[in-house]
Amino acid sequence: MLIQQMINGLMLGSTYALIAIGYTLIFGVLNLVHLAHGEVFMIGAFVGLYAAMFLETGVFGSIVIAIIAAAAVGVLVEVLAIRPIRARNGHMLAPMISTIGVGIVLQELATRFFGAEQVGFPSAMVGAPWHFGSLTVTPMQMVILGVSVALMAALHFFVTRTKVGMAMRATAESLIISHTLGIRTDRTILLTFAVASGLGGAAGVLVGFSFNAISPFMGIDMGIKGLAAMLLGGLGNIYGAALGGLIIGVVEVLSVGYLSSSYRDAFAFVIIIGVLLVRPQGIFGARHHVEG
Amino acid sequence: MIDPYLESILIFSGINIILALSLYLPISAGLLSLGHGGFMAIGAYMSAACTALYGLPFLPSLVLGAVMAGLVGAIVGFPALRIKGVYLIILTMGFGEITRVFFLNFEPTGAASGLGGIPPDTTLALVWFIVAILLFGFFQLRRSRLGRVMTAIRDDELAAEVIGINLARIKVAVFAAGAALGGLGGGLYAHYALFIDPAQFGFHRSAEIFIMVLLGGMGNYLGATLGAIVFTVLPEVLRGLQDWRMTLFGSLLVILMIVRPWGLIGARR
Repeated sequence: MLIQQMINGLMLGSTYALIAIGYTLIFGVLNLVHLAHGEVFMIGAFVGLYAAMFLETGVFGSIVIAIIAAAAVGVLVEVLAIRPIRARNGHMLAPMISTIGVGIVLQELATRFFGAEQVGFPSAMVGAPWHFGSLTVTPMQMVILGVSVALMAALHFFVTRTKVGMAMRATAESLIISHTLGIRTDRTILLTFAVASGLGGAAGVLVGFSFNAISPFMGIDMGIKGLAAMLLGGLGNIYGAALGGLIIGVVEVLSVGYLSSSYRDAFAFVIIIGVLLVRPQGIFGARHHVEG
Repeated sequence: MIDPYLESILIFSGINIILALSLYLPISAGLLSLGHGGFMAIGAYMSAACTALYGLPFLPSLVLGAVMAGLVGAIVGFPALRIKGVYLIILTMGFGEITRVFFLNFEPTGAASGLGGIPPDTTLALVWFIVAILLFGFFQLRRSRLGRVMTAIRDDELAAEVIGINLARIKVAVFAAGAALGGLGGGLYAHYALFIDPAQFGFHRSAEIFIMVLLGGMGNYLGATLGAIVFTVLPEVLRGLQDWRMTLFGSLLVILMIVRPWGLIGARR
């Protein structure tokens, strides 16, 4: 029973981790809480669903299409709603307000084009469950875990081994110094948005698979949980965000299994508040972010 | 007799001004909060339970709701002593979410099905009387010792501490006072809406209050007031667009932030 719950928790947590990594990448380069990231994730889920239904792209095809679509949306958000404010050197919170506006627009457009009802992926795609003794694992759960791990590994490789990835980390370290060192920071920021949003889009499809219910309003809840996971891991830290996501997923599933399902959305935050009181910078976070 | 539609816009503007000012208070001391919907919920539920379930008179219930929200605000304010900026924003977001889930499961106030049968006690005169008192209070606060202490904390915490300001006391007090005002706004809202359920006080509500303060002008109580009015009236003006209303509203928010990144009447600091 406990092991089953842990497995379910890790599946759920790996999708939270993907969302949290997106937040943390963007926070890293711009010190910005991208409050429309949950909506980008939702768009990814819908695009993946429509690709699966009308283009019959299969599981992996729809994930790839969702990643591309979400990355495009993320880049658009940066160019249209964030870059102009940065250029004008506004209040530090002005870009955040702007992302709230973007969130409203994306949610409304999704309601308009995809309808306000919950829809699900074709059940044939989910497949029959496998049994290992008392454990039950669906093929889809393996896909979720496999894709999440693969994406995180790819990201790790990208930021540690490739030149662009290292430029991204340098930009996160210091925008101004990277710029003077000849890194095209504007391009790097765009790239960061594309990568972060793409991960969000992939998470959207994976969540669509696991809950089999996607709606234009799913972005808020998932977005808040992703933020919590980012905070738990420490702002701006990719590995912290991944771990934070997994922890929140496991805790959520365990709390539903052993305590009460009606409080599932609150448990993550009880943990967050506990962590903030003991270790405000999160698990891997650097101290200076807390003070700033 | 005043047109009911106009009256409702005026009442909602007033309530929103109270809510915006309630968040402006902690923000003016550098304490950002994205969980003000939670304090509003506490005030709304507390006062509505008093009038609708226990038959208490309106005004004492309203005060009780505000006091309750203020007490919770003092508790939430303590973590705020150690953390700042984005951390505080996410902490308060978590608080708002916990409050919503709490009321979603709290049977005495109707849990998910909400609390109805609230007496319609909120009047236009009362709302704007409170708004007037608050505006006068904020006007006085600006030039007072406390107001300057708050500005000092916002601008440089370390320097403020060095010149002998008791950071902990001021921060908790300001946060609690803001929460109490939020609770007051919630109580007024409940007795005008006549039906409340947890979904009305979710993240979107906290975000709305946050937007009102920053839209009008950061670091200025008149900005928060203007922001609340714009935020209430703009969706009504856009009503003719019907289904595209919220899309345009969101876009306008982005455009406003691009054109006036310091808020409508905000001054560059």
